[in-house]
Amino acid sequence: MLYAVLCYAAEDAVTSWSKEQDEAVMGKLAVIQQKYAEAGRLGPVARLLPTTAATTVRKVRGESVILDGPFAETKEQLLGFYTVECNDLEEAVGFAREISDANPAGGSYEIRPVGVLNPVPATIKQAT
Amino acid sequence: MTDIAWIDPLLAAARPQAVAALLRYFRDLDMAEEAFQDACLRALTNWPKNGPPRDPTAWLIFVGRNAAIDAVRKRSKQQPLPDEEHLSDLSDAEAAIAERLDGADYRDDILRLLFICCHTDLPATQQIALALRIVSGLSVRQIARAFLVGESAMEQRITRAKAKVAAAAVPFEAPGPVERAERLGSVAAMVYLVFNEGYSASGGDASIRVPLCDEAIRLARLLLRLFPAEPEIMGLTALLLLQHARSQARFEADGSVILLEDQDRSKWSAKMIAEGLALVDKAIRHRQPGAYQVQAAIAALHARATRAEDTDWKQIELLYGALEAMQPSPVITLNRAVAVSKADGPEAALAMIEPLGDKLSGYFHYFGVRGSLLLQLGRNDEARDAFCKAISLANSPAEAAHIRLHLDRLSGEAAPGRQSAS
Repeated sequence: MLYAVLCYAAEDAVTSWSKEQDEAVMGKLAVIQQKYAEAGRLGPVARLLPTTAATTVRKVRGESVILDGPFAETKEQLLGFYTVECNDLEEAVGFAREISDANPAGGSYEIRPVGVLNPVPATIKQAT
Repeated sequence: MTDIAWIDPLLAAARPQAVAALLRYFRDLDMAEEAFQDACLRALTNWPKNGPPRDPTAWLIFVGRNAAIDAVRKRSKQQPLPDEEHLSDLSDAEAAIAERLDGADYRDDILRLLFICCHTDLPATQQIALALRIVSGLSVRQIARAFLVGESAMEQRITRAKAKVAAAAVPFEAPGPVERAERLGSVAAMVYLVFNEGYSASGGDASIRVPLCDEAIRLARLLLRLFPAEPEIMGLTALLLLQHARSQARFEADGSVILLEDQDRSKWSAKMIAEGLALVDKAIRHRQPGAYQVQAAIAALHARATRAEDTDWKQIELLYGALEAMQPSPVITLNRAVAVSKADGPEAALAMIEPLGDKLSGYFHYFGVRGSLLLQLGRNDEARDAFCKAISLANSPAEAAHIRLHLDRLSGEAAPGRQSAS
């Protein structure tokens, strides 16, 4: 089963990290990612830009309205996600624990089984 | 399990909102700051043990407010409140405060806190220092370092600014829409000042002052979260991000300036550019152009050009034209002339800047631009005069050094045998 692990945390705290702190966290996460990638179990991974860069299209009384900002004003924001192949929920929880332990931001990791995953074509430029 | 080092960013992130709310309670800046300081100290002993609370900001406001009330009561020899061990368990009260924080109240709180720092009686440098101290919570030492002055001098400057602000009546009633828009305008200008203080640094100072740019971006993002549909705030945030994206490419190791067209663009921050471009796109959709948006759009055109020669100078010229119409200024005309020189050649550009000579007679960049236009036209003697004038007006050794390169090249052409040894 392919799981998406959605990472929620307080964005203003994460954007207050010093460059060194940010790099330290990303370094630790990279080690975990590499382990799963080498096992051939890691799918697309994304770190999202701040919610201030977000735009929301919302259907209001049958019409699509375009709103600035994220879908909902919440204490914790969706900051990124992983997709990872796991035999069962237990393994997926284990993965979420690993990345949670590596990240001092606190926050929540929502584990959601993936229904459909389209392949990422080579024409899509990878963000660095 | 929570390391002290990771509590700092939590406190920094909570600070504007927490100090702003405490200011509304106590209507006194010093008292609000002290209360927040007190709450931070308690957080540093409590959070490592119990883990940070779910809503750090609400916790800090709640604990800070109680600590301050406690202090007042102690002074009047009354019963003290229970200590923070008990306070921090009051999750109900925390939730109630958190609820209130989500309202428009707290938006006006933070805007008020920022607005206080923009008092019109305060010179720009004091506005910046005050904002960094009160809103960002940088220490006096950090601010003094950024301004390259002594700590006691900065302490005095901030104390004086605070006294001036305290003497002026701070408006605590909720602002009306017009007033809110005015406050937002002043605050945006102040955030831009903070950024420029960091950005205009050069050479060895640059690394010391970079934190000012980071801080300004943090403040701009904060404003954008409070006013998510304001295109000018999107423009401001985008402008800061797109300019700061180039910071790793702007200086040589020896501190001399690298011009935009000579920068190694692979050193530009792709992440900041992506965020800046996204914000420019969002802003344009609103079709309410403003000065920050136009400047951000200009920066975006530079950011989009993978090589300097790919720059869309024609479009940049049009944007400077739009900016000129919004806020006529000889400096903007000068910038437009640079775009004209790239798009249509030096002759047209020189004709454009001739009439600016009077107004910009003390402006370094005017003579720098004039010199290089004359140089392109082969009018070397006049170019040399302009460059000499520019050097005499340079604001930093790095600026002067850059012009000297042109002069060296000129004398090199005049007398090839006598090239400088460097």
